[in-house]
Amino acid sequence: MENSQVNYDTLIPNNVGLSEDRRVLKALEKWHPGYIDWWKNMGPNGFQESQVYLRTAVGVEKNGWAQFGYVKMPEYRWGVLLAPQVENRTISFGNHKGEAAWQEVPGEYRAILRRLIVIQGDTEPASVEQQRYLGQTAPSLYDMRNLFQVNVEEGRHLWAMVYLLQKYFAADGREEANMLLQRRSGDIDKPRMLGTFNEETPDWLSFFMFTFFTDRDGKMQLESLAQSGFDPLSRTTRFMLMEEAHHMFVGETGVGRVIQRTCEAMNEAGITDPYDIDRIRALGVIDLPTLQKKANLHYSLSLDLFGSEISTNAANAYSAGIKGRYNEEKIDDDHLLHNDSYPVLKMVDGKIVTVQENALTALNMRLRDDYIADASKGVGRWNKIIQKAGVEFELVLPHTAFHREIGEFGNTFCSPEGELISEDTFQERRNDWLPSSDDGAFIQSLMHPVTAPGEYAGWIAPPRIGIDQQPGDFEYVQLDEASA
Amino acid sequence: MIDFQTHPSQYKHWRLEFNTEIANLIMDVSPENGIFDGYELKLNSYDLGVDIELYDALQRIRFEHPEVRAVILKSGKENVFCAGANIRMLAGATHSHKVGFCKFTNETRNSIEQASNDSGIKFLAAITGACAGGGYELALACDHLVLIDDGSSSVSLPEVPLLAVLPGTGGLTRLTDKRKVRRDRADIFCSTEEGLRGEKAVEWRLIDETIPRSKFEDHVQAAAKELATQSDRPTESQGIALSKLSKTAFKDNEAIGFNYSTVTLRVEPKVGTATIQIIGPDTPPPDTAEEIAAQGDQFWPLRAARELDDVLLHLRTNEETIGVIVFESQGDLAQVAAYDDLMETFAENWLVREIVLNWSRVLKRIDLTSRSLVALISPGSCFCGTLAEIVFACDRSYMAEGEFEELAFPEATLQLTNSNFGRHTMSNGISRLETRFLGEPDSLTKARESINTPLDAESSESIGLVSAIFDDIDWEEEIRLFVEGRVSFSADVMTAMEANLRFAGPETMETRIFGRLTAWQNWVFQRPNAVGEAGALQRYGSGQKPQFDNGRV
Repeated sequence: MENSQVNYDTLIPNNVGLSEDRRVLKALEKWHPGYIDWWKNMGPNGFQESQVYLRTAVGVEKNGWAQFGYVKMPEYRWGVLLAPQVENRTISFGNHKGEAAWQEVPGEYRAILRRLIVIQGDTEPASVEQQRYLGQTAPSLYDMRNLFQVNVEEGRHLWAMVYLLQKYFAADGREEANMLLQRRSGDIDKPRMLGTFNEETPDWLSFFMFTFFTDRDGKMQLESLAQSGFDPLSRTTRFMLMEEAHHMFVGETGVGRVIQRTCEAMNEAGITDPYDIDRIRALGVIDLPTLQKKANLHYSLSLDLFGSEISTNAANAYSAGIKGRYNEEKIDDDHLLHNDSYPVLKMVDGKIVTVQENALTALNMRLRDDYIADASKGVGRWNKIIQKAGVEFELVLPHTAFHREIGEFGNTFCSPEGELISEDTFQERRNDWLPSSDDGAFIQSLMHPVTAPGEYAGWIAPPRIGIDQQPGDFEYVQLDEASA
Repeated sequence: MIDFQTHPSQYKHWRLEFNTEIANLIMDVSPENGIFDGYELKLNSYDLGVDIELYDALQRIRFEHPEVRAVILKSGKENVFCAGANIRMLAGATHSHKVGFCKFTNETRNSIEQASNDSGIKFLAAITGACAGGGYELALACDHLVLIDDGSSSVSLPEVPLLAVLPGTGGLTRLTDKRKVRRDRADIFCSTEEGLRGEKAVEWRLIDETIPRSKFEDHVQAAAKELATQSDRPTESQGIALSKLSKTAFKDNEAIGFNYSTVTLRVEPKVGTATIQIIGPDTPPPDTAEEIAAQGDQFWPLRAARELDDVLLHLRTNEETIGVIVFESQGDLAQVAAYDDLMETFAENWLVREIVLNWSRVLKRIDLTSRSLVALISPGSCFCGTLAEIVFACDRSYMAEGEFEELAFPEATLQLTNSNFGRHTMSNGISRLETRFLGEPDSLTKARESINTPLDAESSESIGLVSAIFDDIDWEEEIRLFVEGRVSFSADVMTAMEANLRFAGPETMETRIFGRLTAWQNWVFQRPNAVGEAGALQRYGSGQKPQFDNGRV
């Protein structure tokens, strides 16, 4: 297939025939220095001269698309890679169902497509910015490498979105591409577009939780964009999903290893009560109730990313054939949804009830439900670790209405169990349900860098297997003088 | 029944904060408190209920807070300034409600501009978050538009691409007439759903400036202070409280209505008329500005104007099938004249100025009421000066000639004062008499010469001030015939004919809003592309694409 080979001759590795597309190549080359500046200023703080054992995409076929090797991050080959074109692909949902997928942007959907791409694109550099100081407190070289892998791939995802903007949206697209480099996570004047992406990622536990919960929202969004009738967007996001799987892995195994270490330490010390927090913390590990609070926080913030339960924009994007549902093609219905309904949790007369709503406008709710199911599986695997260690504790996802800012439950106060309560009660119990500043300070107190190959901080277990099958003492990051 | 009276303590959607010369007018719409059922007022979108509160807030800033020189209009919500009129409300509303709603919102936005031009209350729109459609139209009514520069907040008029209707609350007109945006740029802006932001929006004159978040608050305060320096409002005056109108409902065999202190409304559904009777002042006017202030909202001219306004709004909104409004008055003509003189003597006083401006607005509201309007100048009536403006606002005016045997009232007379010669202009920028006599300059001169003299029916007719005069033999019969004839016509064509005949003379931004923009919008509001089952308004929010008939009309 013509597009499956990646061309490394140009400054920008790609499988989209950039060397023949002078206009877009020029635009991207013009954008490139700004991107490198952004990476140097806003990417990982320090470590820019270190050799990092990273994977780089060299193809787009499912098997053997990546190649591992040492590279200095600023020299990483960020490329423009689209999943192979499916021949005769047709649009599988909405008003254009059955029509050939678009290879160009249809004029009437230009604005809505651009908005979706810009919002998606904005989250990619945002998380790199949020995580830029974490390298300095990495619990191991293995984790440090994983962080940087996530970071460079978020950077590549930015490239992917910028390519679409530059290629298909002319002057407006160029302007938006530049804006993506100008906004900064947490900046008062130029914040990132979505609230969650302006919060700090202050410690490694937050990073793992973020990659598990928040990147999973990203995954769900990519999954629905992968259905898009706009073929270049679909192909781009399909390839991004291959990389995104690693990010989920980093989050899930990161938290899992923290859990495992905590349970081991409890067992070693003969502590059976998971709520014996002071004694557990004295062991230098993070107690399970605090992990539950962290999960409560990151989960609820991530639910907000799905937007309002009932959304006209989501309905429009679906009908237009621009953004589908998770696993759209596997769903057995008419893929039009004109007459279907979908159960939505709502506040009615002060109670949380399930209401049947028009399925088209309830698409955000549906995607959120798919997300919850997906996240629950990971939480189940965490609980297996706890069970296996013989500790009596179960991590649970809080109720959808708990600690929400956006949508139906934005103005309500609710316990993790789903009981509606007063604001006063919520504030009283807040520290039982969400990380307190003391919890944060405790976690922070554990954040000391461990940089010897094969060694791990005392609060996290080593991984079961190394990256790219490397041995346990593999030097994933070769620290240079300046950053060591 | 929709009640137009409210009070800041009852607001559901707005907050007013007063900080000496600067007031904050904060839009924070409560989603669940729509005036009708069936929609939620999300994203600071508005319906008639929200606008009724805005109207009330503006009245209170005028009368209760003379110290206010600049108003900062802002949003109480984090990510949205105002999303405009609520689409689901519009989609669910009857055609007449949509039209009435738009008219009221237009009048309220015009009154913001009147406050700036004539009352010295300057308005600054501090735009944070999305400012779309009616939200931007509201901002356009302000003197100075500051948009936060945060990379996402924008101004837009998405009606055309999104809803297949016009930005009908003055949006199109204010772009080209007030802000003088080039027509091609206005065309681009109005057909681009997401609107504009940043320097481009400034360059296109859509906004006045865009300021980064970190400096925004300080800048808005400074800009408001600067605007305040353009104001001539008093610094040390006390405002007067606007209390709830005294209003009691009544019902008898033929009619329902309200008795106010100085106005009565009598609606006779069988006949198809609503009779508004204004009762003149029962005490002579006070002598000083201090006494006027002391009387406050009980001062007859203010009381009468507020009551009349309430009646008009009630009729427009709650009595949609009543096609003919009959204006009558009763009282001492000389007394009304004395009040008019007083208003002229103290024209410089802030409160008197506000009362006069309030009358101007009420009179314009009459001009813009799409019912057949007729004034009956009968024995004992007191159409003098300001009240005579009502006569000139009507489509027809009939005057009783001579004394009526069975009535104890004095012979009907009509009297002009200075207030009929420019104090109260119509939307076209000139007085009602000037408009009336565009083709008869002599009549205007004669009218001016008659100032301060009670005119009997014959004189009034000879100057051309009334449509016809009838003596007591013919009076009742002629009036009955007129009303019955009028009611038998098509309501649509009456509305259309009257709107065309009422506003001769120069075009202004206001006449273009109420004429061209409104007429086209009302046409669009009737068309299947907007309101048909597969039209954009009905399909909006369903996720289904509207279907358009692309035949050009």
